[in-house]
Formats: sequence, structure tokens, C-alpha cells
Amino acid sequence: MEKMTSPYRWGMVIDLDRCTGCGACVVACQAENNVALCDKKEISEGRGMQWLRIERFWAGEYPDVRVRFLPVLCQHCHDAPCEPVCPVYASYHNPDGLNGQVYNRCVGTRYCGNNCPYAVRVFNFYPHTWPQPLDSQLSPDITVRSRGVMEKCTFCVQRIRRAKEEARGEERVIRDGEVQPACSQTCPSEALVFGNLADPRSRVSRLSRSPRRFQLLEHLGTHPSVYYLKGGGREHV
Amino acid sequence: MSDTPVARSATQLNDELLSSLRPPSRRWYLLVLFLLAVVAWGLVAFTWQVTHGMYVTGKNRPVMWGFYITGFVFWVGLSHSGTMVSSILRLSRANWRRPILRAAEAMTVFCILVAGLFPLIHLGRNWTFFYMIPYPNQRGLWPNFRSALLWDMTAITAYIIGSSLFLYLGMLPDLAVARDRSGGWRRKLYGLLAMGWRGSAHEWAVYHRASTLMAALIIPVAVSVHSIVAWDFAVTVVPGWHSTIFPPYFVIGAILSGVAAVITLMIIIRRAFNLEAYLTPLHFDNMGKLLLVISLLWSYAYFVEVQTTWYAHEPIEWEVFSFMADTYTPQLLLMLAGNSVVPIAFMCFRRLRRSISVMLTVSLLVNVAMFIERFLIIVPSLSHKNMPFAWGSYSPSWVEISVNIAAVAGFALLFVLFAKLFPIVALTDVRELEVREAEVPLGRTRLPSIAGKE
Repeated sequence: MEKMTSPYRWGMVIDLDRCTGCGACVVACQAENNVALCDKKEISEGRGMQWLRIERFWAGEYPDVRVRFLPVLCQHCHDAPCEPVCPVYASYHNPDGLNGQVYNRCVGTRYCGNNCPYAVRVFNFYPHTWPQPLDSQLSPDITVRSRGVMEKCTFCVQRIRRAKEEARGEERVIRDGEVQPACSQTCPSEALVFGNLADPRSRVSRLSRSPRRFQLLEHLGTHPSVYYLKGGGREHV
Repeated sequence: MSDTPVARSATQLNDELLSSLRPPSRRWYLLVLFLLAVVAWGLVAFTWQVTHGMYVTGKNRPVMWGFYITGFVFWVGLSHSGTMVSSILRLSRANWRRPILRAAEAMTVFCILVAGLFPLIHLGRNWTFFYMIPYPNQRGLWPNFRSALLWDMTAITAYIIGSSLFLYLGMLPDLAVARDRSGGWRRKLYGLLAMGWRGSAHEWAVYHRASTLMAALIIPVAVSVHSIVAWDFAVTVVPGWHSTIFPPYFVIGAILSGVAAVITLMIIIRRAFNLEAYLTPLHFDNMGKLLLVISLLWSYAYFVEVQTTWYAHEPIEWEVFSFMADTYTPQLLLMLAGNSVVPIAFMCFRRLRRSISVMLTVSLLVNVAMFIERFLIIVPSLSHKNMPFAWGSYSPSWVEISVNIAAVAGFALLFVLFAKLFPIVALTDVRELEVREAEVPLGRTRLPSIAGKE
């Protein structure tokens, strides 16, 4: 299944009991990763570019209505359906257990997008530009994707890279909590916890063993790196 | 061949069957101009897409494949016509195949050429299509052989090469006849292509062996091509696509549309080149029987696919089917009528099978229905995948429709040009049949020649 040559296996735990559906993570992701800004028309056509979406579900009948939020991002599956179908290896698995996406290699067959059961891959249908002054805040660490290529959540791989370099300079491994993607950094209720699943003492590892845990579409056998927590258990963060 | 007039001289036959090579009429030029105009419009649409972006199509998230892939599967299916008619009937020694086999083989080549364009047209960055070709490069990058799209490309390339060779090989003796009867640049062209064919006994022996071998070899290629196209869908985890019956089901569907297309083609050629003496109601009767059998097989495969899903009632899978039935009810009914009810009901009757107008209607209907079938496989599954929050819908844009229409015109254009340049009726095969069927006078009666046994 996987050859682990790396001391890291990045993963995330999303506590749905803590998620307020505020959408800060979505905005943070958009700003961090040079994700294109889409107008109303693009989004209504189903061509919005969010790497992370908050699914909103209404439960119950009025007046006893409850709203449930489900943040869905790339699940960084260990048996990812998107990877083998790409004819040019634009979608690949890296040793840290991340689903990489090589924008320059992507020819735009969109096969990966079809085969992703979570529908988290977004395609650049439109050529995008950033209005001033937003074009000045584009991150220099990340490619600005052209039209015709597929893109998706990378767990902020640029942050992981930087942390790795710093750790290598000090001849150590990355400490727990040292690196986190923009979404979990921004989350005001700390619903999104990121870390190294290969380290059994990391916060994300401990949370992922919670009895409240589940994974999205577990039955498909994709082995996601993202765990969700919901209901019941007594364990608290 | 009771309807064929007996005792036609070889020269007469040559004249009649090569009549299509005579200098083109004004009507021919008009047709070519019209087809060129449609193809040019398709090119405009494609250029529009390349310069603007994929947003000019109707695709979105989650429906990332639409009319282009529908067109691709449809044309690959049509390309099974030549293989079906030519190889299978050649191997089973059905004599009635002879007048139509050249047209069917040419159709295969042109259909697969058109089909091969669609996956390239549908790329987000068409100009980087060569990344999918395994060529040596300084970056040391190879394409991903685990991807069904790579299998596709390999299979289609193999099929283009195989079917072109098959067409060319069968045409060798005819090219020699055409060479001997023409002058000017045509003589040079046919002379070059005939590769010095003289018609010696040895050449004929090799030719027969080679064409039988080719006929046997092209069948597995054809079956594999459409199985691989089916695997594009079957190997995914998309509900409604992930189905083990897809490869045989697709192959049957391909043969169904292929046989129907050959019938349409027979009618057009018969009319255009006045070949009423060679393409008789008997041929249509036989093709009708073939259509009946394949349509029954298709109905069975479709029934099995839907029945297992319905019985298991796995919620996500069933959602795809019920969404399809709700949203695309007219299309679904048209598909069932065109692929199953109408062909089966009509092709049971000899009178209808022998009626040219009925055959034309049914064969066109089958192919319309087959296009819908491909659409209903591709789009509803993507519209309602596993995550209900990300459900969507799709309708084709003018760009996709234009490109699909231009594909039809492009195919017709290739075919019309081919028919003007090369013998469209397999001359030597028909003459061989004439000889075999010759009747010898014996006393007051006429008896069939013993050569009639193949």
C-alpha cells in the first residue's frame, strides 16, 4: 500500500462538535494558497475554486431545526482514487503521505476530479486574475495556476517544506504543532487540528484514536488522512 | 445473390464498380464544400475553447466530462462496424458481405480517427497533449501506465494502425485494377499504392492468407479497444460507472451502433453510386437479422446492469439511476425505444427488413439512441456522486455541440473524399463472387458452377 521512508504522515482531525461553520478556514485557505477569487456567476455554475468547503445540512423540522457543518477538504487518501487515473503523474503520492498535484504537469483530463469521491478537486475553468491590490498579496511560495489545470488542497505543503528546512538546519524532526496549514491556524474554535500521524504522541494522533472518530466514505477503502470527530464520547481536547 | 443479374462481363463489372472514381460532379463539390464549412465551424468553436478556457463548455464540478467524452465513446463504438462486418463475415464466409466490406472498413478507419480527436479536444490544456506520449525527455518523465487513459491511447493507436492496414491490404488488387484503367496523376497514385501488384498466382495466395490472418487478428483488437474504453469508467469508484458488466456491455453496444451505421452507409452508397444491383434487399435482410441479434444482446446486457443495481438497492448507486430516470426521462425512453424496442419489433419481420426506408429509419434511430446511451452513462453518474452536497448537473454548450456536429461532418468529408479517390465497392471480392456464382448451361437448364462452394 505505502512505502514510508519519511518520519511524517501528515493528517488532520476535524472536530465537528466544535465547528461553528464560520468559514474562516475557507477564507484563510483562499488567501494562503493563491486560490482564485470567483464571482457569483462562476460559483453558481459550479465552478467555484474553493479547496475547502463547509457543507451545511439542516436537520429536523421547524421550529426544532439544527444546522450541521461539515468542512470538507482533500482527504489525502493513502489509496487515493485520483492518483492512478492520472495519465501523466500530475497527481502523485509523496513520501509524507500527501496527495501531491504538479500543476505544470497537468494536462487537464479531469479524470482525477471525476474519480475523487469527495469532489474536492477544483478545475481552472476560467483564466483568473486578481484585482489590485490583491495581486500584491499573492504568495511567492506557490504557483499561480493557469486555466486548464486541476488543483486542490495541499495541506499547505509550502509551510511543511519550510518547517522541514528549519528542522533539518537544527538536525531534528518537526515538533508537534510547529507546522499547521492556514485553515487550522485560523480556526477560532480549534476544530481543525493538524499534525504528524506517524508520531503516536502527537495531538492529532491522540485525537484520531478518539471513540468519536469516523472518516468520510470509509467504505470505499480510500484510507483518508483526515479524521472527523462527532458526538457521544467523553474525550475532550 | 439471386437478384444479381447473371453473366456480366468483367469489363462491365469493373466499369460499374469503379464508376465512383469518375470525375466529380457539381453536386459532389457542393457536398464537399458544405462539409468543409461545417468542419470549419467546428474548428472555430474549438479555437474559441482553446483561447478562452474550458468555461465555454457546459462542464463544471462535479460533471467534469460531458459531450466530448460522449462523442468519443460513440465514435469508438461506430468504428466497430468495419471489423464486425468485414472480419466476422469474412471468417464465417458470408458471401453477402462482399459489396459492403470496403465501405465498412473505411468507416472503421475514419470513425476511429474522429474518435481519437475527442480526448485531445477535451483536455484543459490541449497544447500539452504530448505529455501523455511515452517519449524520451531530459526530465526523465514517463506517462502513468496505470491510468486507463494511457490504455485508451495505446488501444486507439493500435486500432488506427490495424484498421488502416486491414483496409489497405484488402484494397491492393482493386488499386491495381484502378491503376490499369486510369491515367495521369491517378495512375501514378494508384501505381504507387498498388505496390506493383500483378495478380500472379503467388500474389493471390499470399493475399488470401494475409487477409484471413488480418481478419482474425483485428477482432481481438476491436474487442479490446472497446473494453478499454469501458474500463475508463469501470475501473473508477464513481457510482454507476464501477460495474463489471461494462466491458462486454460496451462491446455489444459498439457492435450495435456499428451494424446500424453500416446499414445507413449501405443505403447512402447504394443511392449515391447506383449500386442497386449489388446491394439488394437480400443484403438488408441479412443485416437486419444481425441487428436483431445484437439488439437482443444489448437489451439483455442493459437489463442485467439495471436489475442488479435495482435489486441490491445500494443507496448511492440507486440514486444515480433514479436521478437519471427522473431528469432524463425522455432521453431514457428514446434510448430504450431506439436500442431495444424498435429494432427488435421491426427486425422480426422479413418485409420490414427488406424495406429500405424502414431500414434507414431504424438504423438512424439506433445510432441516435446509442449517443444518448453513452450520455446517460457518463453524465448522471458524475452529477450525483457520493457527496450529496456537491451534486450538480450538466447541459452542453454551443461549443461542445458544434464540435460534435463538426465531427459528423468531418467523418462524412473523409468518407466522401475516400469514395472519390478509391474504389468504394470491393471490386475483386465482388468479381470473385460473380465467378463463383456463375451458372453454366447444361442441356436446356442452367446449373450453378461448382466454384460456388468456397
